[in-house]
Amino acid sequence: MYEFDWSSIPGAIPLLANGLLITLEVTLTAIVVGIVWGTILAIARLGSNPVLSRLAAAYVNLFRSVPLVMVILWFYLIVPQGLKAIFGNDIGDIRLTSALVAFALFEAAYYSEIIRAGIQSVSKGQIAAGLALGFTPGQTMRLVVLPQAFRNMTPLLLTQAIILFQDTSLVYVIGLSDFFGTAYKVGDRDGRLVELLLFAGAVYFVICFSASLLVKRLQARFAK
Amino acid sequence: MIEIKNVSKWYGQFQVLTECTTQVQKGEVIVVCGPSGSGKSTLIKCVNALEPFQQGDIVVNGTSLSDRKTDLNKLRSHVGMVFQNFELFPHMTITQNLTIAQEKVLGRSKDEAREKGLKFLDRVGLMAQAEKYPGQLSGGQQQRVAIARALAMDPICMLFDEPTSALDPEMVNEVLDVMVELAKEGMTMMCVTHEMGFARSVAHRVIFMDHGRIVEDASKEDFFGKPRSDRAQQFLAKILHH
Ligand SMILES: Nc1ncnc2c1ncn2[C@@H]1O[C@H](COP(=O)(O)OP(=O)(O)OP(=O)(O)O)[C@@H](O)[C@H]1O
Ligand SMILES: [Mg+2]
Repeated sequence: MYEFDWSSIPGAIPLLANGLLITLEVTLTAIVVGIVWGTILAIARLGSNPVLSRLAAAYVNLFRSVPLVMVILWFYLIVPQGLKAIFGNDIGDIRLTSALVAFALFEAAYYSEIIRAGIQSVSKGQIAAGLALGFTPGQTMRLVVLPQAFRNMTPLLLTQAIILFQDTSLVYVIGLSDFFGTAYKVGDRDGRLVELLLFAGAVYFVICFSASLLVKRLQARFAK
Repeated sequence: MIEIKNVSKWYGQFQVLTECTTQVQKGEVIVVCGPSGSGKSTLIKCVNALEPFQQGDIVVNGTSLSDRKTDLNKLRSHVGMVFQNFELFPHMTITQNLTIAQEKVLGRSKDEAREKGLKFLDRVGLMAQAEKYPGQLSGGQQQRVAIARALAMDPICMLFDEPTSALDPEMVNEVLDVMVELAKEGMTMMCVTHEMGFARSVAHRVIFMDHGRIVEDASKEDFFGKPRSDRAQQFLAKILHH
């Protein structure tokens, strides 16, 4: 019978907290950049310029057709080679930066699909009303369409954010010490891998489950 | 004020408008009627360039819509439009609905826009609703706000596309009353509507459309007195007797 020994966790709390900060940093950056870039992609895709529309579609399809873990590795292994060629040899530790970039660009593809559906959920009549008041197409998008689109899709955006929060654990492949990576390293160091991974799992569960309850409540409110 | 000259429009192969020609003088009230699908909405949307047309020209207050140099956004800001489904912005309060275009399009200050917006809100009798959201108002109230929103832009003319047809019968009159008052003040109006009572009381001319053509373009007296085309006669008989 396996004997649980949780004693290495209290001492590791500062390390774990640091890891959690990195996890949150990657998550929040990917949400913010992903939504902004995703909105631009969605507008380009729905816009009247066929070149931009195709480029946006190609971008979205590309990122949605490759595994996230590969995107993370590309940005860690390949992009730095390019940077080295440009800036010389010394570019320091790029693990966090490459993870931030990889997640932001990857998530943008998913967010853009959600946002595209959100924009399409706003009726043509609303657009006509905006234009009829003299708004430019850009103002109509910004003042009339997007606020309603985001309102309609808030639950979906939050659900995507929860998935993203879990997916950030994949940065272990580039040795970045996020929450999961830190838990793994501490467990490995102290020979208490099972306890640490159970503990980490419990933390992920509590955070994600509370967030999804929040989404449910929001959904109920929007449905009214 | 509005000159529609030989306008034709196609959706792909399908011709929606065929050589439509008419004018609206300053201060004139025109009622446009006709069966469903005859192109009434399309014609009125062409007047403020919400829909493009392929042939002919429309000149609004001396500005040609087919001229590439025309600033269509600016033109639309001078032409008020009221829609069948009100199209108030649901994420803004009534006051914000009334002020946002004044601020963003005409560049009026917050206070100026608010004062003007509330003046028109008062005129349509809805001062008490200023801080509510559109979803909290009845259909008739929403449509009156939509009219006030258009008026707050100081339009040179007003376009109405079946403003009462999405309303419950008991709310139709409150909206028509506002429109009648507007007509009596001398506003130039082009109204797509089947409210023949409205047409009889304030219209100067009635246009009857069928299959994308203007079949009848007559003074109110002539139109109700002796409609010349069979189609118009049948149509009148149908809507007057139901
Ligand atoms: N975006 C579009 N694409 C293709 N056909 C269209 C489009 N919009 C309208 N039509 C067609 O053009 C014709 C005229 O439409 P329009 O909306 O102007 O008619 P209407 O006279 O306003 O009818 P209603 O009384 O039903 O509002 C209809 O046959 C309609 O099906
Ligand atoms: Mg119509």
